Order: sequence, then C-alpha cells, then structure tokens
Amino acid sequence: MKIIEVQDLHKQFNGLVAVDSISFSVERAEFFGLLGPNGAGKTTTIRMLYGFLPSTQGSIRLFGMDIQQDWRQIKARIGVCQQDNTLDPDLTVEQNLLVFSKYFSIPKREAYQRGAELLDFFALSHKKNAKVSELSGGMARRLILARALINQPDLLIMDEPTTGLDPQSKHQVWEKLETLKAGGLTALITTHNMEEASRLCDRLIIIDHGNILVEGRPQQLIAHYAGTNVVEVEGASQELRDYARLNHIEHDDLGRRMVLYGPDGSDLDNTIRERFCSAKCIYRNSTLEDVFLRLTGRELRE
Amino acid sequence: MKSSVSLSWRFTKVWNRNLVVYRRIWMVNFITPLLEPLFYILAFGIGFSGLIGQVRYGGVELSYTKFIAPALIATAVMSNSFFETTYASFVRMYYQKTFDAMLATPLSLEEIIIAEIVWSATKAAAAAAIMLAVLALLGLIQLPQGLLLIPLAFIGGVAFGAIGMFFTGIIPSIDMFNLPIFLFITPMFLFSGTFFPISNLPQWVRPLALAVPLYHLTELARWFSLGIKETAPVASGGYLTMFIVFFTYLALKVMRKRLIR
Repeated sequence: MKIIEVQDLHKQFNGLVAVDSISFSVERAEFFGLLGPNGAGKTTTIRMLYGFLPSTQGSIRLFGMDIQQDWRQIKARIGVCQQDNTLDPDLTVEQNLLVFSKYFSIPKREAYQRGAELLDFFALSHKKNAKVSELSGGMARRLILARALINQPDLLIMDEPTTGLDPQSKHQVWEKLETLKAGGLTALITTHNMEEASRLCDRLIIIDHGNILVEGRPQQLIAHYAGTNVVEVEGASQELRDYARLNHIEHDDLGRRMVLYGPDGSDLDNTIRERFCSAKCIYRNSTLEDVFLRLTGRELRE
Repeated sequence: MKSSVSLSWRFTKVWNRNLVVYRRIWMVNFITPLLEPLFYILAFGIGFSGLIGQVRYGGVELSYTKFIAPALIATAVMSNSFFETTYASFVRMYYQKTFDAMLATPLSLEEIIIAEIVWSATKAAAAAAIMLAVLALLGLIQLPQGLLLIPLAFIGGVAFGAIGMFFTGIIPSIDMFNLPIFLFITPMFLFSGTFFPISNLPQWVRPLALAVPLYHLTELARWFSLGIKETAPVASGGYLTMFIVFFTYLALKVMRKRLIR
C-alpha cells in the first residue's frame, strides 16, 4: 500500500490557480521531495495533504484513506513540521511536547517517556525546562521536529525543515533525519536547498506554476538535465558560443556568463581550459541546483 | 477537512493547554480579581457614599456598595472573557501560530475555537469566585445563594467569550480591538445598570440598555446575590442563551474563513 497517493490535485484561491493538476505517490520508507520556486504551490500542496486546506478538485489518500473523510485518523498518524515556528512560547520545551501529546490522546506516562527520548535524540535534554524563546534557531527547529514525532508518525511532513539555519544546525538536522530514515520513516519534504534534496530524497518532483515539471531520483535527474560536470565561463567569447552550438553541447547563455553541461565521459573541462578560458572559469560537478535552474528558469520570483 | 462542524470532547485538550499556561502565572491571575473589587468598593463605597447614600432598585432601598457589588462581578466576567478571546486568542492565533500547530493534529477547528471560548468562561468564573469571596467577607453578597454567581459567571463568560472570538475572526490587526472596546465594552460597562439603575436613564435610552448582554448578566448577578430584580430572570436567562448560540455560531463561521485560507 502506498503511503501517499495524490491524484489530479487542484486548488484555486478566489479564481487564482495555485495548484493546477498534480499527481504523485510516495512508498513506505521513502523520502520524497517537493521542490519548486516561491509561489510554485508547494506549501499549498502540503497543507492540502495534512488536511489543513480543502482541495478544489482531485483526491488525496494517505495510508489508503481519504483525507476529506478520515482526516482525524490520518492526522493521528502523521507528524507535521510547519514552515513557521509554531512552538508554543507560553510553555517550556518539555511542556511543548507534553501538551502536544495530549492533542493525540497519548497516555501521560507514554508521553513523558517518548518526550524524554525525543529530547535526548535531538540533543535538547539540557534545555528541558527552558522557555522556547531562549532556544537558538537550530534548537527551535529540532524541537519542532521532536514535537512532530511525538505520536510516532508513519509519515513525517516537513515544510522547509532547515530554512534559516546556520550550517552546523543544518547538518545536524540532516544527520537526525538520516537516522530516522534508516529507521524506516516515510517523509515528504519541501525545500529550497538542493543539497538537502539530493542528500535526503530518494525521489522528488519539481513543480512550478502548480504543475509538475519533472519527477525522478536526484542522480538520475542530474545526469539527464545537467550531465556530470559543469563549466561556468566568465566573459564568454563568440567563439565559445559557436563551438557550443556546433558541437551540440548543452548550455545556458546568460550574456556575460555561459554555463556548459558536459555529459559523462566528455572532455569538456580540458577543451574549455585550453581554448576558451580567458578570465575566470569554474569547473565543478553537476548538481540538482543546475537541474532546478534549467527547468524553472533564472528569473526572480515574487 | 470537511466543512461540516465536527466537535468532540477533544476540545478539553486545548482548554487544558490554556490551564497549563494559567497555572504558570497563577499569582497574576489571582491578584487582579482579589484587589479589583477592593479598589472599587473603596472608591465608590467610601469615596462616593457621602454623595449617594441609598439607591432605589427593584422597589428596595439599598446601600450603594451593596448595589454595585454584584455588578463588579458581572463587569469582571465581561472583561476577563472578552479580553481573553480578543487580545489573548489573537496573539495565539496570529503571532504565536498556536492554532496552526493544533490544526496539524487530530483536533478540528471547531474544537479549538470552542475550547478558547470555554476557557475564557472558565477564567471569568475563577475570577468571579475570588471576587465573591472578598465581597461576601465584606458582607455585600449573601451566602450561600451567592455561590450561584460562579456558574452564572461561566455562562456570562461564554457569552462575552463568544462575541470576543467573533471580533478576533474579523479584525485585521490587533490595534483595532480598540474599536469594539470603545463602542461596545465601555458603554456597556457604564450604562447597563451597573453603577446606577437604568431607571435613572432617560426613557428613550432604556431599550438600548435592555438590548445589551451586560445588563442581563448584572440583573441575574444581583438577583443571585441579593434576591432583588428589575427584569424577569427568565427573560435575562433566555437573552444570554440566545446571545451565546448566535455569537458562537458566528465566531465559528468567521474563524473558519480566517484560518482555512
């Protein structure tokens, strides 16, 4: 049985289409990524998934149940880590977990035990009695994750779990998520961080303007849309442009700068280094960010 | 989520959350209702008594302090519950995103909103109980029938909590609560038979006083404390019940519109 099954999902706000027609499914023990520029419809999709928003059209099934009908049973089995800090500032760190456990009707003793385990796992035990306002950004994010796991969910939904964190905190969150993944957790993640997506996600979709642009495994998408290595050339000459065109090299022409994508086994690096690199050139591996930018364009959103 | 109303016992979990917070700052919550009646009785009872003397209410001559004592509880019920579901609920909803977090759990929107209203009534009843103790000690409220003021405070609290929640659902920013407070709460506080009998008002204003909830709450409070009344208690009770049903329905409606974007 699939954990998430979304079919032809559609959402309109006052006549504006936020999600056009999205279908995807997530298997058990899979980490699934939902990527897209701002305003692409990620958060709207996620909110419909956890029953916060009703959809205009289409069906959402979680654990084989319909979210419109069985939302209470479904919500009891998912954990949600929202984009905003929704921790309760009127409560202490531990109370945040315990009060939340009541919303899931978890027995008191079990809640204490589970709360202690989670605080330990997320390295927050020493802050047990601290106020939420005393926590650093990384700690607050870890507490939100801990809170989302209090009901031992079969599915964890995370909306930009590491946005705004410093590198140390970000890596710590990644490590924790990898541990949870190894333990068999299923998760849905939205993110703007392509490193995060390639590192954590087994499979992902990139959406824009409410539609799915592409679906696949990160490495497979990178190989298909951005090759294996990339050369960025500052002050690209006309010769380089002609060369790229004549030799059918995948590239993006950004005016002063050119980005060229070399497929596996190509000698692109050396050719450029020897013949076309007059000023500054960057040689690097292809990343998911290349795929993302190629598919969604480089124009600013908002 | 379905648009149909879904309400269950789970609302007590949200109520419990507010109780946990209340207990953290119980001193503050305790001292205000303890001192408030003392200040008023001191100011009006001792300061004003020379000027006013007796008040004629429901065909009975009363000392001024006896006349205002039940009204002090009624106005405290109003402010406790109304401020809870306006400022406090707005902060939880808008700034702290507490409701957003709750909506990702097996709680329904209706349960959250009802819990907030019931909580505001609980807070009002707690304040009323403390004030009652003070006023009874001063001999201004008769016991044991005065104990009925506690459940009455809860019912009044639901009424003012519901209308407060309605304003929270429609108000664009927190500063704009000044408007319902200035246009609704303050006039009620002054003109609902609280500090003088409405028979002192010009004839044409009286129906206005009869139309507001604080008048009926004060009437019932006075009846429970002193056994004297001006309006039939059944009418006041009926009024408060209708008020509760109407504004709870409206509050749920506007909050759904506000939260489920």
